[in-house]
Amino acid sequence: MIELIAQHPIFAALIALVSLAILFGGLLGFAAEKFKVEGDPIVEQIDELLPQTQCGQCGFPGCRPYAESIANGDKINKCPPGGQSTINAIANLLAVPAPELDAEHGEESEVRTVAFIREDECIGCTKCIQACPVDAILGAAKLMHTVIADECTGCDLCVEPCPVDCIDMLPIEETIADWTWPIPPKPGQIIATDRRGVLTPAGHREDAA
Amino acid sequence: MQEFAVILVSSILINNYVLVQFLGLCPFMGVSNKLESAIGMAAATTFVLTLTAMASYIVNAIVLEPLGLIYLRTIAFILVIAAVVQFTKMFIEKTSPLLYRVLGVFLPLITTNCAVLGVALQNTSKDLNFTQSSLYGFGAGVGFSLVLILFSAMRERLAAADVPESFKGAAIAMITAGLMSLAFMGFSGLV
Repeated sequence: MIELIAQHPIFAALIALVSLAILFGGLLGFAAEKFKVEGDPIVEQIDELLPQTQCGQCGFPGCRPYAESIANGDKINKCPPGGQSTINAIANLLAVPAPELDAEHGEESEVRTVAFIREDECIGCTKCIQACPVDAILGAAKLMHTVIADECTGCDLCVEPCPVDCIDMLPIEETIADWTWPIPPKPGQIIATDRRGVLTPAGHREDAA
Repeated sequence: MQEFAVILVSSILINNYVLVQFLGLCPFMGVSNKLESAIGMAAATTFVLTLTAMASYIVNAIVLEPLGLIYLRTIAFILVIAAVVQFTKMFIEKTSPLLYRVLGVFLPLITTNCAVLGVALQNTSKDLNFTQSSLYGFGAGVGFSLVLILFSAMRERLAAADVPESFKGAAIAMITAGLMSLAFMGFSGLV
């Protein structure tokens, strides 16, 4: 055997390369077992960014199915409750340009709202309880229902099924506890020459970018 | 100790693989658009370069030289590099899925990064020992990282700068790379 290899160097070359390949293959196989990825962690991260209203306005049964769909390449602008800030956050996570909110799936409301049941008009039909994706409505058949305001995500899904139209969406009043400063205008809007269409003193540019 | 310092300075600055020897230009141009992904790419490439320098030294000293198969260096080193890159890919996928997504296609492309093969081949032709080889690989990685991160930071600023229409995009990037290369030529008398 050794003589054969000594006489034909090509065998030595073949054996060396094949054994190297087997060695590396074995190491990689071991590494593949050790570093096995369970599930797609990017789905978890997208799911965390979504507002968890489970409202279904995106066309999926909840936030997690939509997160899975985004991970598989779906558009990221189908979430009206999250609005532009959620779109921007997901775009940042996935390193893609942030699109505008798709109006087809609903519009972003300016203020956060919470459902309110006018209790004396409620007939106790439980239809809103079945519609609520987050179980924020409390009540039983033929008994008055009410909304747990802290749990309500303001998704509007209970308004439609109510046969007596006794559910209102009330804006959440700002209190001292959650008031914040409004975001100042972008720096580019403060300096006059940075604005679009302003001539520089030398008059070179008509349209500053 | 002084010898190690000389190896590091020489591989990071004087013989910088990208700007002086012009190896590994594809990721230098391709992944330098965003500072964040450039940092990830730099870290991954440094990791691969160091591991490759070590592994290729071992393969060369234990398998190729005793068997008189020095002519198989290139193909054997490519095998080593492919295995190390695949390992790095699994490692990053497990530890940082976000970085894995950002690097995307460029991660397997480290395999074809000529700097990696260049380091492995130069180490054998310079007759370095194991410590020197791994240090040389690490130095090459740090040099690559330094240049890539500097360049991507510059390109991020260039994206916002008022560049003449005909110089926009790749053209100004090429000019910037040329100027950086000129600047790095200045290190040539350092050691």
